[in-house]
Amino acid sequence: MAYNLKQVMNKPERLTGGHRMCAGCGAPPVVRTILRALKPEDHAVCGAATGCLEVSTFLYPYTAWRESFIHSAFENVGATISGAEAAYTALKRKGKMDDTYKFIAFGGDGGTYDIGLQSLSGAMERGHDMVYVCYDNEAYMNTGIQRSSGTPKYADTTTSPQGTVLPGKQQFKKDLTAVMAAHHIPYVAQTTLTSNFKDLYEKAEKAIYTKGPAFMNVLAPCPRGWRYDTPDLMAICKLAVDTCVWPLYEVEGGVWKLNYKPKKKLPVENYLEPQGRFKHLFNKENKHLLEELQKDIDMKWEDLLRRCNEA
Amino acid sequence: MPIRERLSGNEAIAVAMRQINPDVVAAFPITPSTEIPQYFSQFVANGEVETEFVAVESEHSAMSACVGAQAAGGRTMTATSANGLALMWEVLYIAAAMKLPVTMACVNRALSGPLNIHNDHSDSMGARDSGWIQLYSENNQEAYDNMLQATRIGEHKDVMLPVMVCQDGFITSHAVENIELLEDDKIKAFVGEYKPEHYLMNPKEKIAVGPLDLPAHCFEHKREQAQSMINAKKVILDIAVEFEKLTGRKYDLFESYKLQDAEVAIVIINSTAGTAKTVVDKLREEGVKAGLLKIRVFRPFPSNEIADALRHVKVLAVMDKAEGFSAVGGPLNADIRAALYGNADGIKTVNYIYGLGGRDVRSDDIETVYRDLLEIQKTGKVGADYRYIGVRE
Repeated sequence: MAYNLKQVMNKPERLTGGHRMCAGCGAPPVVRTILRALKPEDHAVCGAATGCLEVSTFLYPYTAWRESFIHSAFENVGATISGAEAAYTALKRKGKMDDTYKFIAFGGDGGTYDIGLQSLSGAMERGHDMVYVCYDNEAYMNTGIQRSSGTPKYADTTTSPQGTVLPGKQQFKKDLTAVMAAHHIPYVAQTTLTSNFKDLYEKAEKAIYTKGPAFMNVLAPCPRGWRYDTPDLMAICKLAVDTCVWPLYEVEGGVWKLNYKPKKKLPVENYLEPQGRFKHLFNKENKHLLEELQKDIDMKWEDLLRRCNEA
Repeated sequence: MPIRERLSGNEAIAVAMRQINPDVVAAFPITPSTEIPQYFSQFVANGEVETEFVAVESEHSAMSACVGAQAAGGRTMTATSANGLALMWEVLYIAAAMKLPVTMACVNRALSGPLNIHNDHSDSMGARDSGWIQLYSENNQEAYDNMLQATRIGEHKDVMLPVMVCQDGFITSHAVENIELLEDDKIKAFVGEYKPEHYLMNPKEKIAVGPLDLPAHCFEHKREQAQSMINAKKVILDIAVEFEKLTGRKYDLFESYKLQDAEVAIVIINSTAGTAKTVVDKLREEGVKAGLLKIRVFRPFPSNEIADALRHVKVLAVMDKAEGFSAVGGPLNADIRAALYGNADGIKTVNYIYGLGGRDVRSDDIETVYRDLLEIQKTGKVGADYRYIGVRE
């Protein structure tokens, strides 16, 4: 059935409003869209790594989750949800459960690219029937905007500050989506909030209803860390995609597929300019840094096109 | 009819786990507990259990998966030692705070560094404040029996806490001894079904577990958790009574060995109690009033009961197979002295650190301790109250 935003939006909310996430944060629409991809009759056990999403949606005695939810620690949501899925498998085998449960783990880039990478890798390798969603806001936002291995090069963060000698973070962003694709699990997708959430929703549906482990890497901008105007959330995501900074693609059964090719690939400046974290790059003396970033994006885009047989 | 067998301590634990048939076992190999998941995965491979065995990539993930599985509504178990337990540390506290009755076989081994695979108690002693119930085992039979009781204790509605069943690495984990096993159906009846009150996969009641819990509520939750540990003592005793009816084997919070009229006594944990009992017997033949108190339940700590049992003792040695690095003695010493203070004052007490990193503890060493105690009794002079036995200095 063709994607219909109105119909999808009419599905019941499984993460209610009233939580404490910031205005203009990408994470709540990511979670809500993913949970809407559940069939109405299905239940989910959701988990979150310690982070903004967790502390803002489950502050005792309130929870915004309408599905059963567990938070344990920062680095272990992959293992935690894999354990819940294992219990489900055993209880079904013993004939004690017949309800349809789905298992979804959410982690930020800190809890996924960095401290939780081992736990994630283990859970995926073991083949649990679960989805791991990284809402990638490209820094440790919950502790106050520290750099992670998901932070892009030259971004200004509180532990990779731009100063008189260094222009922000010194390393390129880790390509986690490709790392997860190298696990050769049934489904890996990279997406963000664009085009009425269509790409995100459809990938969530595939991820949830593909048997076995699935991984989704979702760019989820953070207005505090990225320093953009809160109403610009969707525009920033669109620019990430149209500049090919964050291409939309999926790897299904080992086949790489590009989901969106911009008609006109925009220069990286268009994406960086509205974000305060890159402001210093627009000083005259930093022109060569912009050129370096553009070159890197071009190289990675060409590489992706080759992998997706689009070159 | 009970089954007579010859099993190592690790085998005994694995057999108990097979008989309990938990929903999930998540474990990672580490010497000397590795055999437990080995034996257990063979039971899985042979279809002897219906358990989902999760061969995780670390002990941190082992405990994390246990938390997820138990919270989801499954009965869950694991096994580990030393650094593996240390890697679980963060999640041990979380399991206890979530009131999840996970059962763990802890095969005691020296915690790095330096790297050492042999027995002492530095691993589980370090976890003594994590909120887990800790049961200790002198031999294979006790390890088996404790494992069977642990599930019942942890899952009791007044407790709902994780339980660690400890035994000495290699000394009992790898030594084959005679053991009496129960029939599978008797264990099934004794342990029963796991029926949690609240769990993630209850379609009738969706729940959220593991909140951000700020000063307005966190203290009350810690208080409730403490109450569970307080409640555990009675439950442990009640289940021991039930277990005795089933097996004829009597368990208490601790074992008193020739302690009733003892003038010199030691307090000790795990396998060295066996060595020490032979020394007590020998001394008794010489007419020395020697006795022994062997800790079974270290958490909750049976403080008043221990004070009552030791009240009449003249000179006491507390034996710690772990350095506390407090500069004043080991962890058991601190708890025993606190138990005696104001309850049974006037007992001359010395602390011995022994057997670290698997240093062999011979009956001679234990006899030296008793001779020291007799000397103190004779002279009335305690001297150094923080000592080592069996170390080259």
